[in-house]
Amino acid sequence: MLKLDKLSKTYATGDTALRQVTFEVTAGQVVGLIGPSGAGKSTLIRCINRLVEPSEGTITLGDTNLARLKGRALRRARRRIGMIFQEYALVERLTVMENVLSGRLGYVPAWRSFLRRYSPEDVSQAFSLLEKVGLSDYFNKRADALSGGQRQRVGIARALEQNPELLLVDEPTASLDPKTSRQIMRLIGSACRERNLPAIINIHDVMLAQQFTDRIIGLRAGEVVFDGSPRALTDQVLTRIFGDEDWTRMRGEEPDSEQTRTPTVDLAEGV
Amino acid sequence: MQAQISHQRPTTWKRPPVIFTHTLWRWAIYTGALIYLVLAVQTIDIDWQRVWLGLDRGWKFVEGFLTPDFTTRWRDIREGLTESLTMTVTSTVAGILISVPIGIGAARNLAPMPVYLACRGIITLSRSFQEIIIAILLVAMFGFGPFAGFLTLAFTSIGFLSKLLAEDIEECDPSQIEAIRATGAGWWQVVNYAIQPQVMPRLVGLSLYRLDINFRESAVIGIVGAGGIGATLNTAIDRYEYDSAGAILIIIIAIVLVVEYSSSYVRRWVQ
Repeated sequence: MLKLDKLSKTYATGDTALRQVTFEVTAGQVVGLIGPSGAGKSTLIRCINRLVEPSEGTITLGDTNLARLKGRALRRARRRIGMIFQEYALVERLTVMENVLSGRLGYVPAWRSFLRRYSPEDVSQAFSLLEKVGLSDYFNKRADALSGGQRQRVGIARALEQNPELLLVDEPTASLDPKTSRQIMRLIGSACRERNLPAIINIHDVMLAQQFTDRIIGLRAGEVVFDGSPRALTDQVLTRIFGDEDWTRMRGEEPDSEQTRTPTVDLAEGV
Repeated sequence: MQAQISHQRPTTWKRPPVIFTHTLWRWAIYTGALIYLVLAVQTIDIDWQRVWLGLDRGWKFVEGFLTPDFTTRWRDIREGLTESLTMTVTSTVAGILISVPIGIGAARNLAPMPVYLACRGIITLSRSFQEIIIAILLVAMFGFGPFAGFLTLAFTSIGFLSKLLAEDIEECDPSQIEAIRATGAGWWQVVNYAIQPQVMPRLVGLSLYRLDINFRESAVIGIVGAGGIGATLNTAIDRYEYDSAGAILIIIIAIVLVVEYSSSYVRRWVQ
């Protein structure tokens, strides 16, 4: 279980990215974090595994307060948290297998990882994860030889190889096509259900968030402005999170009153 | 309609000047530069009679170069070559071994501030002097011969390789480093899994390039007494044996060519 209490982050430049963020995520819950660009979504999940240093507040995972850990204790906490990245963040020149096995780095001593001598359990788990994400034949391919969707699958396998207690997912579908996006979201969702794994997913695609998460948290200018079920995400709520926009049109439904638009406005929208 | 548009908008466009944005200043600087050039050319004092006398000697050199004599001084040439090649290889290997840790220490994204400053200091020291000056110094300290040459080349290789390696590490994709850190990896593991795969091809390329440079420099520093083919070349010229000197120059060109071709082949192979 993850608990954030009054988490704040102010960057050295004076920009406040997070203000007093407080919420709890229970086991097995998949939380979608939505909000406009610059709302602090990335900062929030990076504060949890301390890739970004939080300024104030506490982050409790199990019994540990992550916010004040240092050195070895911090690395031991990080290995309990799996992370999936926007541009996959695979090590391009390493093989798929090395990328998946790098999920064990927090558990094995440096000399073992240097010689790539992982324990039989680690290796067999890596093979079974690759099978699960549908890449069982690709283990000796280099990561940069894969397509976007395949890379993200390796990213998921790497995160799961950690046997995490929490999954942090940063815009997993931002550079993928709609179909692959859905497959990736489904994969993350089923992995979480299977392992009763809580997850926080940053996502700017509201429809994907509604379809694949159990709960939505809306962030605007570093503050939580919505926390509830995906069904409760009404037009008013979306306006509160993102600002004014014709939400009905975005959902692909016909608006009640068709407005006639001038061509110049349409041109500007396309940009 | 079309005519109206061309009336409203300009039809010509010129790239704005990057420096000297003020028109008057630009012309003043250009005219100043021209006047300086004319005056400077006038101060060059050429003694045409000496040029005429020198032509004769120059022609002898060209003749020697066109009829290279490999056999008369072959023993000296072979000795010099072996010395030069030994110096080149050993100093490059020693240079690489020392410059890798220094390069890592001089990368701002990996090293703490004191280590960074110390390593940058070593690099600056090694880069401040040209090979010949260091060679003169080391010949005075360790006596004539290839050992002084080896030390000179190893020392200058450190500045070159560590600086470029450090810059390459600093330009590494930060998301790959972040991803490996997020698994709970320690510092050595981050270097091994996130940095090394990214910089390895360039490090190999730079090392081969340095091998090439070291061979050429070994010929130069031989002239100030640091052994090698340079010493042989110097002796040949001092004895007015331009045919032997021509042979040495041809051998140097051939070896540089071989190194050049093989290094481009190896670089393609490690990419």
